[in-house]
Amino acid sequence: MSKFSKKKDSGTPAISTASLPDIVFMLLFFFMVATVMRENGERKVTVRMPSADQVKKIEKKGLVSFIYVGTPIKKYQTKYGKEPRIQLDDAFANVSDVGPFVLKERAAKREEEKPLMITSIKADENVGMGIITDIKEELRKVNALKVNYSTRKGEVFSNFKR
Amino acid sequence: MAKRKLQEINAGSMADIAFLLLIFFLVTTTMESNYGIRRKLPPPVDKNQPPPPVIKKKNVLEIVINGQDKMLIEEEPAKVKDVKRIAIAFITNNGKDPKSSDNPQKAVISIKHSRETSYKMYISVYNELIAAYNDIRNRYAKQKYGKPFDKLTEDEQKAVKDAYPQKIAESLPKS
Repeated sequence: MSKFSKKKDSGTPAISTASLPDIVFMLLFFFMVATVMRENGERKVTVRMPSADQVKKIEKKGLVSFIYVGTPIKKYQTKYGKEPRIQLDDAFANVSDVGPFVLKERAAKREEEKPLMITSIKADENVGMGIITDIKEELRKVNALKVNYSTRKGEVFSNFKR
Repeated sequence: MAKRKLQEINAGSMADIAFLLLIFFLVTTTMESNYGIRRKLPPPVDKNQPPPPVIKKKNVLEIVINGQDKMLIEEEPAKVKDVKRIAIAFITNNGKDPKSSDNPQKAVISIKHSRETSYKMYISVYNELIAAYNDIRNRYAKQKYGKPFDKLTEDEQKAVKDAYPQKIAESLPKS
């Protein structure tokens, strides 16, 4: 009998889990760094961006102000209707609010960053060009000439397949 | 005095706490892809400014898109897949066809659209035009420097851009 009990003692030692927290922390830090806390609260319009392949990546996210254009989500449709609307920050806005919005964003930036600012238009693929043209005119009035049309990456022909 | 052995703190639950935080960040992370087509708008028009010089009609490639997303290029019906080919032919004409552009520096592409034109149509056409320019520039860069456009130095890129400037004009839709 003693033969067996001896064997039990010298069994394989348990794997040390002491380094588990280190691994988890490493992952944690990665996600902490990669996380962008969405500052613009909830999205109130549905945006399904068109695809394009001649795209560039925006590097400096801090210098980008976003303009969302799309139909209001279900919750707001009774109040705002189904026509495409503009969302700035976290509220519905009119075309005339675009200029002041960009100026406000610009005022918050440092002097040397101001010329590098980009306005990104995130518009739904089915909105009419009328509203986009109005936004572009507003942007021209306040001299925010760097514009980025946000798209998904993909073939343009896939825009018409649905 | 007998020194009491310091009791070790159990670090086993540290992993649990870290996991909790990890899961929180995992859930809140939005790996938002920020891709887009870059565009520089023309500066606001000054009323005292002299009117722009008249461009010869043959140096303008006129693209018109109506409210039903139907497109006319130089008054001929066209599809999105044709845009790139037509644009390349127009820009690199160099006076061969008397009805097309004189040289790439003079070639202007004009897009007219109505207020009802869909955004995806506009983006698609625009994308194809940029693709045409990128194609031409790449070809020219390979021919002249033996490298694709984005591998060139800044000065070389500028030289290529000067040889094939991107001139895309948009006019306000009439409503």
